Amino acid sequence: MLALVVTWAAFAISLVLLFQVLNDGPIRYFFGGWAPPWGIEYRIDALNGFVLVIVGFVSAAVLLFAGPSVGKEIREGHQHLFYAMVMLLLAGLYGMAITGDAFNVFVFLEIASLASYALIAMGKDRRALTAAFQYLVLGTVGATFFLIGIGLLYAMTGTLNMVDMAERIHGIHGSRTVLTAFAFLTVGIALKAAVFPMHYWLPGAYAYAPSVVSALLAGTATKVAVYLLLRFIMIFGADFAYVALPLGATLTVLAAVGILIASSSAILQNDAKRLLAFSSVAHLGYIILGIGLGNDTGVTGGILHMFNHALAKGAVFLAMGAVMLQIGTTHINRLQGLGRVMPWTMAGFTAAGLSLIGVPLTAGFVSKWYIVTAAIDRGWWPLVLVMVASSILAVFYIWRIIDAVYFSAPGPGAENVKEAPMTMLAALWMLAGASVYFGIDSSFPASVASKAAAIVLAQMP
Amino acid sequence: MWILGTYNYWIFITLMMIGLYIVIVRGNLVKKIIGLNIFQSSVFLFFISVGKISDGTAPIILHDGGEAIYSNPLPHVLILTAIVVAVSTSALALSLIVRIHESYGTIQEDLIREAERAP
Amino acid sequence: MNESWIIGAALVTPLLAMVGIGVFRQRPNAREAASLVAGIVLFGLAAWLVPGVADGDRPELILYEFLPGISLGFRVEPLGLGFALIASFLWVITTLYSIGYMRAHNASNQTRFYLFFALSLGAVSGAAFAANLVTLYVFYEALTLATIPLVTHSGGEASRRAGRVYVGLLLGTSLTMMLIAIAWIWTLTGTTEFVAGGVFTEGGTLKFGITPGILAALLVLMVLGTGKAGLMPFHRWLPAAMVAPTPVSALLHAVAVVKLGVFTVLKVTIYTFGIETLSSFGIGRALMYLAAFTLIAAGIFALREDNLKRRLAYSTISQLAYIVLGAMLVTKVGAIAGGMHITAHAFAKITLFFCAGAVMVTLHKTKVSEMNGVGRNMPITMTAFLVASLSVAGLPFTGGFWGKWYLALGALETDQIVMFWVILAGSLLSLGYLLPPAVRAFYGGPKGADQPPMTLAGEARWPMVTAITVTAVISVLLFFAAEPIFGFLDTIDFRGR
Repeated sequence: MLALVVTWAAFAISLVLLFQVLNDGPIRYFFGGWAPPWGIEYRIDALNGFVLVIVGFVSAAVLLFAGPSVGKEIREGHQHLFYAMVMLLLAGLYGMAITGDAFNVFVFLEIASLASYALIAMGKDRRALTAAFQYLVLGTVGATFFLIGIGLLYAMTGTLNMVDMAERIHGIHGSRTVLTAFAFLTVGIALKAAVFPMHYWLPGAYAYAPSVVSALLAGTATKVAVYLLLRFIMIFGADFAYVALPLGATLTVLAAVGILIASSSAILQNDAKRLLAFSSVAHLGYIILGIGLGNDTGVTGGILHMFNHALAKGAVFLAMGAVMLQIGTTHINRLQGLGRVMPWTMAGFTAAGLSLIGVPLTAGFVSKWYIVTAAIDRGWWPLVLVMVASSILAVFYIWRIIDAVYFSAPGPGAENVKEAPMTMLAALWMLAGASVYFGIDSSFPASVASKAAAIVLAQMP
Repeated sequence: MWILGTYNYWIFITLMMIGLYIVIVRGNLVKKIIGLNIFQSSVFLFFISVGKISDGTAPIILHDGGEAIYSNPLPHVLILTAIVVAVSTSALALSLIVRIHESYGTIQEDLIREAERAP
Repeated sequence: MNESWIIGAALVTPLLAMVGIGVFRQRPNAREAASLVAGIVLFGLAAWLVPGVADGDRPELILYEFLPGISLGFRVEPLGLGFALIASFLWVITTLYSIGYMRAHNASNQTRFYLFFALSLGAVSGAAFAANLVTLYVFYEALTLATIPLVTHSGGEASRRAGRVYVGLLLGTSLTMMLIAIAWIWTLTGTTEFVAGGVFTEGGTLKFGITPGILAALLVLMVLGTGKAGLMPFHRWLPAAMVAPTPVSALLHAVAVVKLGVFTVLKVTIYTFGIETLSSFGIGRALMYLAAFTLIAAGIFALREDNLKRRLAYSTISQLAYIVLGAMLVTKVGAIAGGMHITAHAFAKITLFFCAGAVMVTLHKTKVSEMNGVGRNMPITMTAFLVASLSVAGLPFTGGFWGKWYLALGALETDQIVMFWVILAGSLLSLGYLLPPAVRAFYGGPKGADQPPMTLAGEARWPMVTAITVTAVISVLLFFAAEPIFGFLDTIDFRGR
């Protein structure tokens, strides 16, 4: 209960912060009153304000959903620990997004990561343990690379404050240390953001974690990691990242390959959660693709997709959570006929699924449009084909679930299944409804994303 | 000559590679964690060594208030934090290993993978 | 100003119908009445707009900015208005028919059926009045989604497979080729609006550094991406969708879905590419040959089909190809002929489907080979079938004649002699596959003493028979209404700047 109140409060605060930033410009808060660059500064602008809202919105919905689902999926004695871990995770994620100090990012990154390892390990299936372990190892390697990058940067610039660093880096762009730092940072972040080929931990983690955890992580953790990438592009300077270094080309190629492979893998899965996990990797690919394109439209599309995907993926994982609550499994063969007995849950799933495919009138279409037009603008036609092919693949894997749910005869025991409880439906529809609403009227998220993109690309020649 | 002068970097790289190698190649989960720790420690050593200034002393005000060359305290602070993080990570990892052992009866990665594929 | 409200009302009416249908779900008569009333209102609204549009007015309703620089907007012009009129009128008729059919069949889930019917008509209205490519695309996809529950209505394995083919082909073509075409046009020209004379030229020269090659590529992407137009090789969804109940096949696959497909092709040809532009650069040739191929091939497939509904499905593919052919002739006459054929074919084909459904429900016969002597039990139905067949073939004194006539004229005008013969061959083919059921119905079966007396008693229920009669009569009346229709379509501004 307390957790629920706190998450909603945090969400409200994040909205207030975003609006303030949009109106007045960046907000700065000096921790402990120590002025930067000596002290640690918290700095919010359109970019991380948006990220805060994403985390806030998804966590508010997920916590609303959590009660009955947690009751079913997590051991009796551990439930309070679960909530504690979730709070810790959110503290870490919010911290990562808010802080203006590079090392502080590392601290919060690890806080969030440790919390997520513990949360994933709470899943019922014993494979959750190995999935959590694998994530732990890979995540720690990634975080350590990130640390190396920060260290090198500190060695070169003498400061940890992001804004200060951005100014000081200017003169020393070409030095090998800075390049190495950038490389380490990028690889470390990419590991956390599940960019192909470092996505290996994600399917296992999302599939076996408790449903609430999958929904929460899918909607937040990877997005915050991508935000870090954007922030460091800003620090290094967009001209450095995109022009001096082949960041754009590297990211887009990796993203494109990742999209195709992940989407194809999704089609072959037999468990709905694992299928959705691969779909998450594919959509993260879209985001990275947008960012890699390096033009206004592309980066805006990528940032907007962070928002849209968080909503849609959160919704579908919550739907699967409801299914897990009612029938105890998410194996596709066992989902047959659920469309009849759980109509609202499945309708929410369908709406969010359409957003994942990118059908017009859903949010997914808007960000897809941005990215496709950005790719055509750049003349990078293979990427256009990749985007378009992945939509078709998405039709296939979403259709697999819809086929089972709506068009198959109910399996044995399906008659006893009831619709999910009201709070869970409300939470699910919060996210699914938003997916549709922001597909019809995307002006608000699009304008914020556009401002955020402008911040990232500020120094593009 | 410059090789000797930059010996800290060489140690750093060697330890890092050893650590990563252990993480990737060794199948025993505890060994993986050991490798992870070695990897992390190499990074710590690197940072601290970079912060050291020749003839530098501890960053404490001298009795007579005179000028002093002191080593940069900031990396030490950062690394302290990072060590704490590493310790907690290792603790979490080890507790996971205990649970895995309870569940699978083994902590050899390939045996675990077999067991997962089986059902 | 007034007329914007009418456009808005036209869009909202089907949604209100959905509410009504939902509310009255336990009371079939009220529920069906809601559907009928909505259809009549929609038709009335569209009819109201006719005089103004015929005069040259182009009322519009622009909603809001949907994507950066692109608004969701509506603008009424003759082609779209004609489409809306046909669709709404036939919605009323089909509802009447469905009342008879669904109740005779004792079908399940009737509320769901009427609900998604209304939603589909909403999507059609939105698309018919679309002011730009993106709006059209939004409603095009909406129609695909709205019709999925209708196509798979019967449930069961066959429905599932049909659903898969339907979704796969339609979403497959539109999410790829059509979307790429639209996004590309946007990036090149900075607009997706429908503009008289097309968006690519100014005073006869191509703008924005676009080459004829790019223009050709865009046209191919756009036309092939319109899976609903049934061009080969993306036609398979049509026969597959025949597993749906007959009212669905009738309205959607004789009128709404397929006509949206060819309407899109025509609209884009006229208003995005521009007839003059295409013809001056000689673009469209390849697609014209594809349409011709589809026309003949589908006709041949139809000859070989024994299942009546599937035969009609292939016939539809063939007739749709006529319209695409008309568009790709890139002359004014060809385009208008396409529009006229949309009208005539809609009424004729729906009659044919209605008849097939009536026979299925009353006599439980689905194959052509079983049609012997049916005409003696169901004379009105089979007469209507005969009349509609003649219209599809394009014989004089039926509505279908003028469309074919102008198409042939257009072909001769542009020296496309081959196309001329293709058009004639198509007519012969249609006689070949449509006459046998009618002939068997009246002349087949036991002869002489065993021949049962012709009676009206075996006819289908009255709502179905009424619907059939109305559409068949209109199919004939359209012959005499050619001039006003031509004149109306002629007010389309082909030239622009």
